[in-house]
Amino acid sequence: MADDIDVTTSKHLRGKYAIAGVGETEFMRGSGCTTRTLGTRAVRAAMEDAGLEPGDVDGLLSYSNNDSTPSTVIAGDLGIRPNFYMDVYGGGSSTEALIGIAIGVIEAGMCKTVAIFRAMNGYSQIRIGGTGGAGGRAPLSSGGLFGRAYGLMSAGQMFSQSFMRHMYDYGTTPEQIAMVKVIHSEHASNNPKAYYKKRVTVDDVLNSRMIVKPLHLLDCCVETDNGNCIIVTSAERARDCRHRPALIQSVVGRCSKPRTDMHYQHGPISTTAGYYGKDILWPNAGVGPEDIDVTGSYDAFTFTTMLQLEDYGFCKKGEGGDYVSNGTMRLGGKRPNNTSGGHLCEGYTHGLNMVIENVRQLRGEIDDSCPIGRGGQRQHTYDYSEGGCRQIKAPELTANLGWAGPQTGSAMVMAKG
Amino acid sequence: MTVKGEYLGMNIRISDLDKENQEFFGHCANHQLHLQKCDHCALLRYPPTTACPWCASADATWAPVAGEGTLHSYGEVYQAIQPVFRDYAPYMLVLVDLDTQLGQPTEHEALRITGNLATAEGDLAPPELVTQVGIGSRLRIVFKDAGEGVSIPLWTLDENAEQPETPWRYPESA
Repeated sequence: MADDIDVTTSKHLRGKYAIAGVGETEFMRGSGCTTRTLGTRAVRAAMEDAGLEPGDVDGLLSYSNNDSTPSTVIAGDLGIRPNFYMDVYGGGSSTEALIGIAIGVIEAGMCKTVAIFRAMNGYSQIRIGGTGGAGGRAPLSSGGLFGRAYGLMSAGQMFSQSFMRHMYDYGTTPEQIAMVKVIHSEHASNNPKAYYKKRVTVDDVLNSRMIVKPLHLLDCCVETDNGNCIIVTSAERARDCRHRPALIQSVVGRCSKPRTDMHYQHGPISTTAGYYGKDILWPNAGVGPEDIDVTGSYDAFTFTTMLQLEDYGFCKKGEGGDYVSNGTMRLGGKRPNNTSGGHLCEGYTHGLNMVIENVRQLRGEIDDSCPIGRGGQRQHTYDYSEGGCRQIKAPELTANLGWAGPQTGSAMVMAKG
Repeated sequence: MTVKGEYLGMNIRISDLDKENQEFFGHCANHQLHLQKCDHCALLRYPPTTACPWCASADATWAPVAGEGTLHSYGEVYQAIQPVFRDYAPYMLVLVDLDTQLGQPTEHEALRITGNLATAEGDLAPPELVTQVGIGSRLRIVFKDAGEGVSIPLWTLDENAEQPETPWRYPESA
């Protein structure tokens, strides 16, 4: 892609920052501990992965839906003295957006190394569907009178109209969509830390009970308790860390469709924010979708993976049903998606675990069941059958596509360091 | 004065600071759909806002709009999350393109209204009514009174309109 269509950032930022460390807790149901503990464990694991001491980390960013523990508490527990911290509200569009913010604050000289974490008891405390918290019981006022009054409240309920309209407009079938879950479950079967490791079939998806049409139970992601963390620093510093850096080529943060007050007003309603985000993502990265070796297209639902892959240009609009079902995004296919099993199978942390997976892909150090050799390096077999390998052969470029809703998304391209 | 009401056991409170929503639901209480019409660019808008999404003008006048339209898309909730809706599952979430201002100001834009499918009396539609409705169905607005100064707008099959032979519905086999 031509350099002269750079539209937002200075080209000098491309590849100047990196993810130097990644860490996570187990993906659990019933963590038996607080989000404070989960956050602390995740940040500590990422520091250990990077080979950094608490004194080396001087920035923290976190996001939550008021269901986590603030940065200051985690920093205190770990002996980190922040030169910068910020806790923002939000879910699935946060990971890549916060990576962009981290780059910005380091570039501004506010700090040097930023730990970004998400900790949640998403199964045992506050569940995303709105069963927890006071939100569902508060009196209806402005916004609620257009949503909650109609039983239009959870993510699946709010997205269902966009998903349904895609089927109507383009003839997308339930069987095609079910393949997203089928493929992600194959990937998860090769991921020892995935919450759901069992492979499923199209029939399993279609025979699972309906939650909100067009979404069956197995079209929806898993709810888990977990903490995840990544550490962003300059590429220069990252090269002194323990692992090969994953270079950040481009970020898109909470890019949105028109009418963020109620996005349905601006159709097509099955077009997502990625339609706009692609014009930031690709020119800034200096590559296009055809150059990407592995994707992490957010799978809050089977449909979200497809819609974003379309709108970021991995296939033509309306051909997503074919793209997600023709084997392209399966391990061993042309461009695997969510090799960890993603939110549908591995666990749910609002996008952060999908970035962690792609960092490990770029390092060539995916944590599957392949044997570990004498030097301590995993000897990948590239045999993707059940229980086997999930490392891709020599990936150079990855793309993460984060989803908040049809109206807002974030994205990132990373390159092998 | 705060407008207070109750709908399906859910309390409604619209503060008098929230003038736009008091006005919108006040018209609903008279069983009329009124939307803000921009004094500057003359476009209607939904839902109520504090300025015009197309020209940013803060000046608008409430105008009557026909409560008639076509089902643009829908969802059907089998697993209700709010306890109050459990008795009505599967209930239909509707997104209705009003006839008024359809395709304006750009091709894919519309006054696209959220709501539920209901009976002509404004009660949530039973399953046998839900299965008759799909994308393309012609719907008309109905109101369910919820207190002084507030009624909830809902949508029902328009008995007087010509209906598509087979409105598009999610394949039953799946």
